[in-house]
Amino acid sequence: MNEPVLPPIGMLAELTHRCPLQCAYCSNPVELLKANREMDTAGWLSLFEQAADLGVLQVHLSGGEPTLRADLGELIACLARRGVYTNLITAGVGIADGRIEAWADAGLDHIQLSFQGAFAATTEKIGNSRGAHEKKLETARRVRAAGLPLTINAPIHRHNMEEVPDFIELALSLGAERLEIANVQYAGWALLNRKALMPEREAVERQVQIVEEAQERLRGIMTIDFVTPDYFAIYPKPCMGGWARDAFMVAPDGTVLPCHAAGTIKSLHFERFGDWSLSRIWHESSAFNAFRGTSWMQEPCRRCERQEIDWGGCRCQAMAIAGDAAATDPACIKSPLHARMGALINEAISTKTADTTPDAFTYRRIGRVTEPMV
Amino acid sequence: MTHASRVRAVVSMQSRPILKSHARLQYDTVREAWALLSPERVFWPNEVSLDILRLCDGRHSVAQMISLLADQYAADEAEIAPDVTGFLQEWSDKFLVTL
Repeated sequence: MNEPVLPPIGMLAELTHRCPLQCAYCSNPVELLKANREMDTAGWLSLFEQAADLGVLQVHLSGGEPTLRADLGELIACLARRGVYTNLITAGVGIADGRIEAWADAGLDHIQLSFQGAFAATTEKIGNSRGAHEKKLETARRVRAAGLPLTINAPIHRHNMEEVPDFIELALSLGAERLEIANVQYAGWALLNRKALMPEREAVERQVQIVEEAQERLRGIMTIDFVTPDYFAIYPKPCMGGWARDAFMVAPDGTVLPCHAAGTIKSLHFERFGDWSLSRIWHESSAFNAFRGTSWMQEPCRRCERQEIDWGGCRCQAMAIAGDAAATDPACIKSPLHARMGALINEAISTKTADTTPDAFTYRRIGRVTEPMV
Repeated sequence: MTHASRVRAVVSMQSRPILKSHARLQYDTVREAWALLSPERVFWPNEVSLDILRLCDGRHSVAQMISLLADQYAADEAEIAPDVTGFLQEWSDKFLVTL
């Protein structure tokens, strides 16, 4: 590590692991934290103050379901006071009257609302929650009425990929400025459910065409951000923009991690905010320095001309599939293990039942501590 | 459900651009630079971009903006006009500016 460590720009704050939905594609860790492990209001306020001092410009308030925190308005107000851009990432079910307006008044900048399906039946099935779709539609209307900008987030997998054109229509009808078509990343619960979630190659190719056509057709009308599926890729994504390069995340108990799945790399040790200051964690934590920059890289990354484009890809995916967190992300065609991605797709598809209902889902619930079998 | 009511905004000399409510221009004291904050992204506009963005207040028309910028840079209006309109169209398409 010869390069100086620059200040972080973005922070993902997972305020809680509690959630009214039970989505099988959730990227939260399989071992979810109960409410009594959550950092208290004073802890989060102190963390946000230190984050602003350190140079954080954007905070994504997420979870779990962040609106289950009664102190959310207070947290938003603190960030707004410091000029930090706040983005609330919510499932949008069961938000009490007046709260969205109160968050807007507190200085909330933007809301990202997830839809598990473009239709009620799909949303209910994926989230295992009756009536969720109607509640989300109502939340979207209240967000617009409160004058807040809206992004619709659609996490995509085998069970809703055919609804991509309908997600686009839905987002337009709700007056969203932005739509994220985000193919799920296989971490946490999604990794546990990989076989049940993996799409077929032809469906992925159709999806790419549909999204690219819509991006062109809707230029200047609605932005569509497309998160492509790793397993079908040629080159990996620059996960988190590079490990500990300009962003980090904080778990509900205040543990600070370079990315939300980093806990799956068991050789790393992560510090808790409070035990260490945020600045010390960012600069000195061994976990943050483990894969910073390029000096940790092995072949083929070490001599790759793309090393500062994708930063070796996703460390957690390397861990999950190559069994070595310092390996090249197997999503990369240059990885000796790239063929495993194709094999995992084929394995998932070949074991798929004719019935398309997701009976095989292990729904996300607090208290389940089964480790995923990879 | 239809998107017929929503059409792409196209820049004209009469447009009075204004920064979108979800985009915020602010000075970052840590990096000592101007940042444009938006959902998911932070932009670091250069000096020329900054001068254009500062005029995106909903009061100045594009024609007035070009005239002011031409004065500021001692340049010919006709010469800078395509750069200014091109910039505004691009930033409108990126949902950072309302035309």
